Parts: sequence; structure tokens; C-alpha cells
Amino acid sequence: MKTSYREAMRAALREALAADPRVFLMGEDVGKYGGSYAVSKGLLEEFGPERVRDTPLSELAFVGAGIGAALGGMRPIVEVMTVNFSLLALDQIVNTASLYRHMSGGQFSVPLVIRMATGAGRQIAAQHSHSLENWYAHVPGLKVLAPATVEDARGMLAPALADPDPVVIFEHAQLYNMEGELPEPWTRDIRSAAVRKQGSAVSLITYGGSLPKTFAAAELLAKDGIDAEVVDLRVLRPLDDATIMASVAKCRRAVIIDEGWKTGSLAAEVMARIVEQAFYELDAPLARVCSEEVPMPYARHMEEAALPQPAKIVAAAKGLLR
Amino acid sequence: MTDFKLPSLGADMDQGKLLEWKVKPGDAVRRGQVVALVDTSKAAVEVEIWHDGVVQELITKPGETIPVGTVMARLAAPGEAVATALRRPASPAARKRAHELDVDIEKVAGTGPHGAVTLEDIDKAAVKPAAAAAPDRQAEMRKAIAAAMSRSKREIPHYYLSEAIPLHRALDHLARANAARPVTGRVLIGALQLKAVALTLRQFPDLNGFWRDGAFRSGAGIHVGVAISLRQGGLVAPAIHDVDRLGLEELMRALADLVKRARAGSLRSSEMSDPTITVTALGEQGVEAVFGVIYPPQVALVGFGRIAERALAEDGALRAAPVVTATLSGDHRASDGHRGARFLAALREQLQRPEEL
Repeated sequence: MKTSYREAMRAALREALAADPRVFLMGEDVGKYGGSYAVSKGLLEEFGPERVRDTPLSELAFVGAGIGAALGGMRPIVEVMTVNFSLLALDQIVNTASLYRHMSGGQFSVPLVIRMATGAGRQIAAQHSHSLENWYAHVPGLKVLAPATVEDARGMLAPALADPDPVVIFEHAQLYNMEGELPEPWTRDIRSAAVRKQGSAVSLITYGGSLPKTFAAAELLAKDGIDAEVVDLRVLRPLDDATIMASVAKCRRAVIIDEGWKTGSLAAEVMARIVEQAFYELDAPLARVCSEEVPMPYARHMEEAALPQPAKIVAAAKGLLR
Repeated sequence: MTDFKLPSLGADMDQGKLLEWKVKPGDAVRRGQVVALVDTSKAAVEVEIWHDGVVQELITKPGETIPVGTVMARLAAPGEAVATALRRPASPAARKRAHELDVDIEKVAGTGPHGAVTLEDIDKAAVKPAAAAAPDRQAEMRKAIAAAMSRSKREIPHYYLSEAIPLHRALDHLARANAARPVTGRVLIGALQLKAVALTLRQFPDLNGFWRDGAFRSGAGIHVGVAISLRQGGLVAPAIHDVDRLGLEELMRALADLVKRARAGSLRSSEMSDPTITVTALGEQGVEAVFGVIYPPQVALVGFGRIAERALAEDGALRAAPVVTATLSGDHRASDGHRGARFLAALREQLQRPEEL
């Protein structure tokens, strides 16, 4: 069935709300407005204001309320409009949700799902274009997901809700309009990375909004006779080392594509793990394509120049081959 | 900074194939040190370097065939600032594979990023020896001999002289001296003949050297090329250096070593390029006399036939004595028959005074 990423996510929400009375959706504009990215459009009408709740503009407050509800036995889905605003809720997420199991000596857990949009590319300037997935992937006690396909938009929410600990789901804003075929049945896995395209010459490892750009790069490389493999990390914490290492062992060259800034990036973490675990498989230095280390520019051409692009990925891959 | 160029290892050599470097960047080298193994049509030759210094850069890659005179490496003079010798960049996987396949990564040309050695490079290097073993050494050597000998007969107006030389004094002297030597240290008549030629040449510098660019140039020393036939056919005539200054036992050891190495195909570049004259001895299996073809650019060749019992008239009596026929092939551009005759006569007399040898 052909569907969009947005529709797939909405279908997942609808299924969750219908399946379990403990599940409710909460966040800024998720109700009457139908969600900033129109993901929850129609859910208020379908499930009512008790289960699809608009919140005041205080991320700290409503994420905290979500933690309380989870501790009280509910299964809340908290939508933080974008990762940019999640910084206001960092204390709740990092200091409370992720640590509660530890601080309570295992007596309490926080079965909370936090969804947020992430990424740049729509000319909404520096304060609204962050890719801070890595900040959350740094924290023990959290699971961090990055659905990058229609299938994962549809399939990752249910296992996230079933998880007894807090799960953060990053939805790249550039992906909502993306259409794709939803296989039947769709995968419900939130443990492993996925090889999206088999290849042999170079492993292109990416996640989230950079996946379509990486596919485009793989096509360009194929025209030059370079058979690239595309690995979608899907789960940013904990990373699926086995899939990464298997791909690197096969291709022996890897480019990591990450919309985050280079310094201290998730790409850096992946590279470090490859060097730790697959050093002797490498036939070339590792390379990465990250965002330029500048505040995200507003002007379109400058924003495009600052972000990973297929041409940059192609150049990085070719640099490893010769 | 000095350039190390592929030397000509003989008149018949115009190119060579680098088989192996014996040094790497950063190594200090001394004059005369073997730095490379180069395949010529005749043999795998250990090439020596002629300057002290520090290897700065190896330019020629093993497996490359290059013309004589090609700059193969650069040397920094002793004390000259040397760029830090970098380890050859190689990918971790290539290093691992090189270790598994026993490939020397320092000798593999890299094709990866920054010239790094890649897995593919190692795999190619690992299969190369089998492929490289293909050239037919015998055919190559035949070609090389054909080229040199044709040039000799085309360019050199040979004259030939011969003289029967009694050897009873020399052989008696040798037998007495050898009685005091251990079996393995015994000196053979061939070494004595070589020494006699070398000592005689001191008085005939015009037979010891090269004809180059229309003029004779005498050799810097008396480096006698010894014709050595190879088991698989063909021959080489590498030099023993300064034969006139070697003691007999020393010369015998040098001769034995040279023959052994020539047959094993591991000669040094100076041995190939330095002979100032050639001596060919057919030995016991040979015939009475040999009139050799001069090896250009040398100007003379001395031949010794088989030593045989002959009737010898001496001091008014006739007796049987061992006699060898010595011959001289001379380059008429560099010397005349009269001069050559005096040389052979002097050689004859020298061999009657074996105690001087």
C-alpha cells in the first residue's frame, strides 16, 4: 500500500490509541490544530479531548506531566513540537525520565514515548533547524529511534510503547511528505539497523533525514560503477554494532552521513566503534559527511551548502576508493 | 642530494627489471653496499651503490623494467637534512592480508587514497611472483650473447696470437705449495694462470681497458673478467677485482665464490660492469687452444686451452712436459700484433717463475 510518512505515523498513533486505553497523546497543538506537522489531524475528533490533549507552551511542564502519568500507570505519547524546543525539557528527559529506574533502585520505570520533529532544510533558520539526536543518544536509560522510512514510521511506535523505559522518537521534518510502499506485514523492530541497499564497494551509514540523500548518492555512485551499500541505523541508542561491522567488513570502506555537526557527532561515535571493532577490516580511512559547523543559515542556497548533500556523499565515497 | 641510476652492467645491457630493493627510505648506505636486485637478461644482479649517504626516496618500484641511466632512488649525502622517512601508508586490512600472505608491504606500490597500499594491491603483489617467473632466461641470455658478440665482430678488428707455454714449473710449484694447504684450501692452476695474466698486464696497460668513443682508455685497476659457462647454457664473465694485488689463496677463494654465485645467478653490479679484460680457460675437457671473441668495450681476451703432455725441447734435451696453449685476441684499434706478441711472451716467462705469483 502506498502511503506517506505522515499518514503512516498517524496510522500508528491511531492504532496505539485504539489498542490500549492507557495510551494518550499530549503536546502543543496536537489536538485542535492537528499537530504542527499535521500528524495528529483527526485524532481529537476520533478519540476525544481526554486522550488527545493540547498543552500549554511549556515543554518542561508537559514532558514532566508525561513522566508523572507514566509513573502512574499510563502509556503517554508526548509530542514535543521539535527538537529545538526539547532543550527546555532536557532536565525532565535526561535527569528524570532516563534515571528513574536507577534512582528508585528498580522500583519504578518510566514507560514514556516522546516524539519530536528534527532537522533542517526548510528555511526556518538557525533556532529551528537543529539535529540534536546525538544529545539524547548520549544518555544511558533512553532508547532513541530515528524512523526514516514509511515502514518504520508505521512500525516503531508500538514497540516503543511496549518498552518499559523512555523512548525518544525523532521524525525528520523533511520526511513527512515522503511517500512509499508500506509492506504487509511491516517490521516492528526497535533493536537493529537495516541494510537498505546491498553493495560491496563502500558502506554508506546514515539515519533519519539523510537516508533519502544517501540513496540518491548511491544511485550516482552506481552510474560510475561504484556499488555502494546503504545502512540505515534506525536505532541511535543502543547502536546495532553487529550490522554496522558486518557491512564494514564486507565493503571495507565506510562513509557516515549525519546531519548533526561534525564535532562530537553521532557519526564520530559510529567511526570510533568501527575503529574499535573492525580496524583490521578497513581498506581505507573512514570518512563522514556532516553539517558544516555553522548556525544553520536561512538563505536557501546557504542552507543547502551547509547540509549533507548527495554530491558531498559521492565525493567522500570516491575519496576512499582512490 | 645525489641520484642513484641504473648502471649498465655490461655492453649487452640496455635495460633492467628491478626485482627487489635491499634498502628502504631512511637507511644509511655505504659505498659498495648492495642496494637492489636487478634482473638483467643474464642474471639477477645485486646492484651496489657508489656513494655514502642516506636513502631519501625509492623511485623505481619492484617489477618495473627501466632503461639504463634511469634514476632509481635519491640519496641524501651524509649530514644532509633528510626528510623524515614516512612509513608506507597502508590500510589496516592490507597490512593484515600482507601478513597472512607473507607479502612485504614496503615493496608494494599503493593505489589507494594518499597512495596507500590497499587489499587489492596486496592480492596482486601476492600472485605476481608466479607470473614474473615466466621470462625464459635461456632465450634472453642467448639474445644478449648474440647482441654482444655480433657487436664485437662488427666493430672490433681482432688479431689472434698463440703461444705454447710449458707449465711443469708452475705445476710442480703448485703441488709443493698445496701439500702444505688443507684440501679445501688448495689452489688450482686456473688461479695461477689468472694471477700470471694480471701481473703481466701491469707492463701492458694498453691491453687492459676499454675502447670508447674512438679512443682507448686504460682500466683503473686490473679487473679480470672470468668466463664462466652456466649449466643451463650461455656464459657470464664477471670480474675479480684487482687480481694483480690478490694473494694466490685469496684469489682462489674469490674465484670459487664467483663461480658459485654466477651459477646461482647472484652477481654484483660491479662484477658485471668492471672487467677490464677477459680470461677464458676451457679446462681439462677443452681443446688445445681457444681464440676468443673480445667482449666490448674491452680490447683483449686471453685464452687458455687444455693442459696436455707434450714433447718439450729444453736445455738440449727432449722430455714430456705439461704444456698449455695461451692465446691472445687483441683489438687492433687499441694495440698491434707486435705488442700482443710481447705480452704473450711475457706471460710465458711469468709462468716459468711461479714463485713470484
